[in-house]
Amino acid sequence: MKPTDIAAPGYFHKVVDCQWACPAHTPVPEYIRLIAAGRYSDAYMVNWESNVFPGILGRTCDRPCEPACRRGRVEKDPVAICRLKRVAADYKDDIRSRLPKIPAHKNGRHIALVGAGPASLTVACDLAPLGYEIAIYDGDRRAGGMMRSQIPKFRLPEEVLDEEVGYILDMGLECRFGAPVESMKALLAQGYDAIFVGCGAPRGRDLDIPGRRESAANIHIGIDWLASVSFGHVNSIGRRVVVLGGGNTAMDCCRSSRRLGADEVSVVVRSGFEEMKASPWEKEDAMNEGIPILNYMVPKAFAHDAGRLTGVVFEKVRAEYDAKGKRRLLPTGEPEILMACDDVLVAVGQENAFPWIERDCGIEFDQWGLPRLDPATLQSSLPQVFFGGDAAFGPRNIITAVAHGHDAAVSIDRYLHREDPRERPLPKVVQVSQKMGIHEWSYDNEVSMDRRYRVPTQDRRVALKDIRVEVEIGFDRELALAEAERCLNCDVQTVFTGKLCIECDACVDICPMDCITFTHNGEEEDLRARLRAPAPNRAQDLCVSDLLKTGRVMVKDEDVCLHCGLCAERCPTGAWDMQKVLIDMTHAGPGCRSREPRRRAA
Amino acid sequence: MTYLAKPQLHYPALPVNRLGYTRRDYEGSVSTLCAGCGHDSISAAIVQACFELDIEPHKVAKLSGIGCSSKTPTYFLGNSHGFNSVHGRMPSVATGAALANRELIYLGVSGDGDSASIGLGQFAHCMRRAVNMVYIVENNGVYGLTKGQFSATADKGSKSKRGAVNADAPIDMVMLALQLGATFVARGFSGDKTQLVPLVKGALLHRGAAFIDVISPCVAFNNHPGSTKSYDYVREHNEAVNRLDFVSPRKEITAEYAPGTVEEVVQHDGVAIRLRKLHSDFDAHNRIAAMNYLQERAAAGEIVTGLLFEEPHPEDLHARLNTVEVPLNRLGDGELVPGPEALERVNDAYR
Repeated sequence: MKPTDIAAPGYFHKVVDCQWACPAHTPVPEYIRLIAAGRYSDAYMVNWESNVFPGILGRTCDRPCEPACRRGRVEKDPVAICRLKRVAADYKDDIRSRLPKIPAHKNGRHIALVGAGPASLTVACDLAPLGYEIAIYDGDRRAGGMMRSQIPKFRLPEEVLDEEVGYILDMGLECRFGAPVESMKALLAQGYDAIFVGCGAPRGRDLDIPGRRESAANIHIGIDWLASVSFGHVNSIGRRVVVLGGGNTAMDCCRSSRRLGADEVSVVVRSGFEEMKASPWEKEDAMNEGIPILNYMVPKAFAHDAGRLTGVVFEKVRAEYDAKGKRRLLPTGEPEILMACDDVLVAVGQENAFPWIERDCGIEFDQWGLPRLDPATLQSSLPQVFFGGDAAFGPRNIITAVAHGHDAAVSIDRYLHREDPRERPLPKVVQVSQKMGIHEWSYDNEVSMDRRYRVPTQDRRVALKDIRVEVEIGFDRELALAEAERCLNCDVQTVFTGKLCIECDACVDICPMDCITFTHNGEEEDLRARLRAPAPNRAQDLCVSDLLKTGRVMVKDEDVCLHCGLCAERCPTGAWDMQKVLIDMTHAGPGCRSREPRRRAA
Repeated sequence: MTYLAKPQLHYPALPVNRLGYTRRDYEGSVSTLCAGCGHDSISAAIVQACFELDIEPHKVAKLSGIGCSSKTPTYFLGNSHGFNSVHGRMPSVATGAALANRELIYLGVSGDGDSASIGLGQFAHCMRRAVNMVYIVENNGVYGLTKGQFSATADKGSKSKRGAVNADAPIDMVMLALQLGATFVARGFSGDKTQLVPLVKGALLHRGAAFIDVISPCVAFNNHPGSTKSYDYVREHNEAVNRLDFVSPRKEITAEYAPGTVEEVVQHDGVAIRLRKLHSDFDAHNRIAAMNYLQERAAAGEIVTGLLFEEPHPEDLHARLNTVEVPLNRLGDGELVPGPEALERVNDAYR
């Protein structure tokens, strides 16, 4: 193998699994260390700059970081990254003075944002401080988008949402709420320099099976029903409820139903329990509230009597996989099942809908009705129109919408400075040695053996009585510290300098994970097999040194390294050093244009 | 030294041996020696050897004297017996322990100061009495604990860290061991575990006095140009005469060697040691030839390593003294108080 170029952008970033997995590339270990130090406001700001909604995401994020967490590979459960984010939000001081200042003198560019959800708000958050004049449109009377309309209050209290959405609305946006945008052509005619479409995927899929029309009064589309609940238009439901669908919306529907008076709620999914789209913890939360999840049942018809829904008829199926691994659901032949119920919530997916964009306005759409976009710049075929969030590539999640918002803001900023949006700015990287003494480091390198801590929750009887009572209480400071200590500091990198190495084997002997091997070089496949501990995880890189004095190379498997720094502590010559590599995504502003550093390392 | 204990987490697919232990189960406390000390590599080699031989930790007694090397038994086999004795007196304690309980494996760890200076007499008698033990000297040529004065094994003409030249002739522990009748004699290098681990395994399986001289650079005081015990010097002058491989009776032999270059010695428990010759003119079963060869090569400035001599049918102290098979602590009143009739028989023998 060729010597690894550890200076290459992305090499060390990939080692920080959580940050690599996060769509917005939040510097997770950095803020977890700040939480451990009790610096909650600083931790909050690290988050805010990267993901804009720490308090909201700390409760509702899909947490792609957690399955990626190294702790899951070397111990068992990942660090509770998401809930630590909430800790930063819960215990911070008033941070309003630390938010970017909005210049009184504007830059003369006007931007329209369609939809006031996470994607649009992120664009505003990045562009308003640069002097852009921004108008934001939404059909609802209040900003927040799906964060307000679809996420129930027992998961996300209104105050948290209002606070973080408020930080952005206070940046001097012109809010045009309460009336949806009816025509793209009309919007284009207003002469905005750029338009960002972040209107979400607002249409819930329906289930067109016999009995649908006859029992329409008691069959509700999941996301619409959640919105009605959220805005207070609906505050009760029948005693027996069946929720169809296996995503997070279905989980929110069933748990909301429990709080609106239903005492017999079931979730029914076509596929297997394991294949459900809902996050494992959301399924667990639903089941903890006494809601059974029944699988391999396909709805065949709505049963009704005299214009009133009486139940749902299901066919039992089993999964069969063909040679290509494609799944088919085949009837088991068992008799059909009738589940009696008073109301049905249909949460079988949602799709994009752009009835307000005229198909001849210059924006091209693909066969699935999604806009044709450059995936990196999010620019549409009409150069001044950009898309983001669920509106771009179909339903995803909040953190992806935020990442789109940042990307689109960079595109818009470059586009309006006559620079090619396809040239993307590199992240800013600050690399600092953590060495303070022979065995003193400016990070806590002791590896905690604690298992993942559970987040305390509200008493179930209290929680089920009121839809506004938040179920999760959140970590207290002590629990937060203990959980933060579980973080392995993967951003503190093991940096090897071959010319200092005397090949004494001290690092090899001390490494608890057997990551380090001195051996003769070979092809990657060959090397991976004959390391001190084989490295079968191809998703994780090998770090290979230059040729050493004895003609061998040092090979380090990044996969299970604990970043404990013992290799560096036992190294007599300083050939190993522990260096914090802080990777900061470059957001809109002078940095994305001239690549100047935007912010100093913490 | 390191303040932190080595984290308990380990490589997820770490193999286990026949006893169900991982290699990590054979470790001790974290080392307090200087970073990069060769002794730590020797500790790691002992850990690896014991793991690979499926040795039950409670069947091992670690014995040592005083010095950097004699501290190391704390850093391996944390679940074995240990005795940290007086300076240079480890061999006496080991001899006594071996006589009292022949069921344990005795692993003596000493240094060039402990064994070549204050304990030279002890070392000599332990070898000539053929105590069934493994005697490892961690040889760095200096007194590390007192800041790097020359020890008795420092080569004549070698330079100290401050530039002083050693005027005295060195004691070659390997030559002494050969002369005194040790039945397994080897030399290794802490920087080459692929050679060292099999040597330690061979010594552990040997039923007699097994001696290994391990050159172990002192990174703090003897790893500079002019030293003959530095990593660079030893690597440049190292001449390995052979390689040991272990053939477990459970595994099929697949490797092929040129005829006449490999010899197999089956040990008492069925494990075969395969000796791969690297120098065709060297015979590891001829004591006199080995001594000649070593003298010649040493004069040429080479450091000869590998298995230097092995007696395939060794005899140990117990055989010579015809001692009882059972450890003394398991002898009951019946054996220890044979009664007046036995006394009468003994007395009769002198009448």
